[in-house]
Amino acid sequence: MSGEVTRTLVVHSPDWPVTAAGVPAHEPAIVVRANRVLAASPAARRAGITTGLRRRESQRRCPQVAVLEHDPGRDARAFEPVASALDAVTPRVEVTRPGTLAFATRGPARYFGGDDALAERTGWMAAGAAGAHVAVRVGVADGAFAALLAAQRAHRGVEVAGPGGSAPAHLVVPAGGSPAFLAAHPVDALGEVVDQPDLLDVWRRLGLRTLGLVADLPAADVLARFGADGVTAHRLASGLDPRPLDARRPAPDLAVTREVDPPAEQVDRAAFVAKALADELHARLGADGLACTHVLVEAETEHGEHLARRWRHEGALTAGALADRVRWQLDGWLAGSATVRPTAGISRLTLVPVEVVAARGRQLGFWGGETLVDERILRAVARVQGTLGMEAVTVAELRGGRGPADRVARVPVAAVDLTAPRPAARPGTITEPWPGRVPAPAPATVPPEPEPVEVLDAAGRSVGVTGRATVTGAPARLSRPGRAPVAVAAWAGPWPVDERWWEPARHRRRARFQVVDDAGAAHLLAVEGGRWWLEATYD
Amino acid sequence: MIRLAGIEHLFDTGQVSVPAPDLAALRLLGDRVRPLAGAGERTLPVPEALAGLIPQGGLQRGSTVATGGVAATSLALALAGPVTVAGSWVAVVGLPALGLLAASELGVDLERVLLVADPEPPGWAPTVAALLDAVEIVLVRPPARVAPSVQRRLTSRARDRGSVLLQVGGSTEAWAQAPDLVVSATAGSWVGLGPGHGRLQARRLEVAVTGRRGADRPRQATLWLPGPDGRITRAEPLAAPSRPEASVASVGPVGPAAGVGSGARSAPRPAAAPLPAPALLPAPLADAG
Repeated sequence: MSGEVTRTLVVHSPDWPVTAAGVPAHEPAIVVRANRVLAASPAARRAGITTGLRRRESQRRCPQVAVLEHDPGRDARAFEPVASALDAVTPRVEVTRPGTLAFATRGPARYFGGDDALAERTGWMAAGAAGAHVAVRVGVADGAFAALLAAQRAHRGVEVAGPGGSAPAHLVVPAGGSPAFLAAHPVDALGEVVDQPDLLDVWRRLGLRTLGLVADLPAADVLARFGADGVTAHRLASGLDPRPLDARRPAPDLAVTREVDPPAEQVDRAAFVAKALADELHARLGADGLACTHVLVEAETEHGEHLARRWRHEGALTAGALADRVRWQLDGWLAGSATVRPTAGISRLTLVPVEVVAARGRQLGFWGGETLVDERILRAVARVQGTLGMEAVTVAELRGGRGPADRVARVPVAAVDLTAPRPAARPGTITEPWPGRVPAPAPATVPPEPEPVEVLDAAGRSVGVTGRATVTGAPARLSRPGRAPVAVAAWAGPWPVDERWWEPARHRRRARFQVVDDAGAAHLLAVEGGRWWLEATYD
Repeated sequence: MIRLAGIEHLFDTGQVSVPAPDLAALRLLGDRVRPLAGAGERTLPVPEALAGLIPQGGLQRGSTVATGGVAATSLALALAGPVTVAGSWVAVVGLPALGLLAASELGVDLERVLLVADPEPPGWAPTVAALLDAVEIVLVRPPARVAPSVQRRLTSRARDRGSVLLQVGGSTEAWAQAPDLVVSATAGSWVGLGPGHGRLQARRLEVAVTGRRGADRPRQATLWLPGPDGRITRAEPLAAPSRPEASVASVGPVGPAAGVGSGARSAPRPAAAPLPAPALLPAPLADAG
């Protein structure tokens, strides 16, 4: 079985989005996407900020943290010099995502004298291209997944050793040692490469907490119970390549190419061509029942320069994901640093599907009756995503919770299937009781961030709530910043809520009030830590 | 004879119960299968309690509508609800503070709602235009002044496709041309909350509808939005409060001073109505605009 695995070297720079934004290591900064932390600088991590934390919670833990919006183009732009520096080692550098690249070690390792020497040299070269103080870690193992985890473990080793420590920046898992190396990792590690949170959640709840336990399951049973996605994850956990060799087909000659006339020097124009090209490639592969997992992006300039970069994805690339990667790559070439920028505009763009797999797409109903949504909606969504970005279009899903903001989530359209029914958006999905929930009717205006307000009693003192959930005085006046104070005509509360007391990091203790002012407007207020917030308005 | 009577009895209309057709569903179905060419004759369904207030009994396709006053957001959500239940889509551009849980409670099927992040002002009009092509109602609040040419393009797009542009609260001053229909809440009072006790349960709302195309004579009514059972129903006018102990927050009208702009005017529009009283005759769409 081990013959099926490609020995792979992975270069991984943790928290690349922060590095790409040009934040010095000693300054706390986070990059957020959809209000959640995507990456954090070392200083921010020391302050207790972890990936996936909410923006507001991060600011609470580290008030001086700089919050940066996520920009995949910026990430790719900054990573292109690293990728092109490694072109000197091997021509087969494959970018998995900005911040992570991989290549097969078979040739280069023999040339440079073994995996260790190759890893060390690659580490120097990548760190030199990325710049001083940028953490670049290298892992070598059988299979790209194990190599990525090895790079991450090398990073943890360096972190633990501290600045003066002598931990190496690379880790080499001996040949054949990948299954044993992987076995101890938690099952969540698979989340790095497979986009199947539900599957991982089921495994975790079944008690399969480590990759070793997953790998022990018989492959046939995994297929029967969890389908093709389960098999992919199971193969990864067992230290194999995600697909057996015979499932990977040499791509048929389906390269799509397009002349750009006049040559594009700006990313926008080139990206426009790239989008059309990606759609065309996806449609042509789709017509043959294929999906692309590995694509080669080639560009030619007016001066005859030839640029090429490979992008790989563990799952199959959708049309949108394909277009994204081509756009990032063009961003990296055209807007990147002077060392990689071509001297003239791009005059021809080619996409070559290097590796394809059988597409397991969804079949539409024969009569089209199963589609909830017509083609127009999908087209409009694609158009808006094209101009505003993939994350710009969302749909609502109902969640369990107490406050009005907790009970609805905005999910990017890219993550859901608009053509299938979405029970999560229907009322009545949440059947669990949520004691302490704000009763219906719900407020029609819920600002994304609560507004600080002041609530005073008749004597002009700030109203407080005691530990026994009683008010220190009846609320009489409500003043919002920038508006004249209004008199409170009616109020009810406090409704104390003590949430997540078992988890110190996310523990919140507050009391809610409903208030109607003398103009007839009703508000939902909350007092937390002695401060008043306007959470929502019933307008 | 007796047996024959028994058989005859089977064919008697009095005994055989045919399930009453769901007229509303049939009408919707008819609406949906009718070709687009007849877009001008058609309207989008609105809650029953509001249908009587609107001259055409629904939102006329291709028109622009604005809500205003003290319950602008709730009114907009209520107007958009029946369309989603009938299987059509609604898009929201911007409005990051829109209470989606309230939308669900007011009858909006969240399965058919697209939420689009607030675009930068130059990207706003193309985004709205792209969505007007695809969905039945686009909920907006213009981030900046809308140039007359842009507005003309959007309204003609809406008219071609038979969709409705619905402004949620805010000032209607941003538009060069006033909306066709303004649904505004002039006064509201919450029921159920007392000084230090109770909870918000229901809201009695004075709703006024003004506008062009047969709506230039304002119509007013009192609604429960939402009612004690969460539904939207007509309420008897609040001449003498029947439950003074419960309704504590009863207040007078809220005028434009409350930051709602001209859309909240409850009085007849002074400059409108060049034609005399066309309220009885549904104005054809063609001569609008």
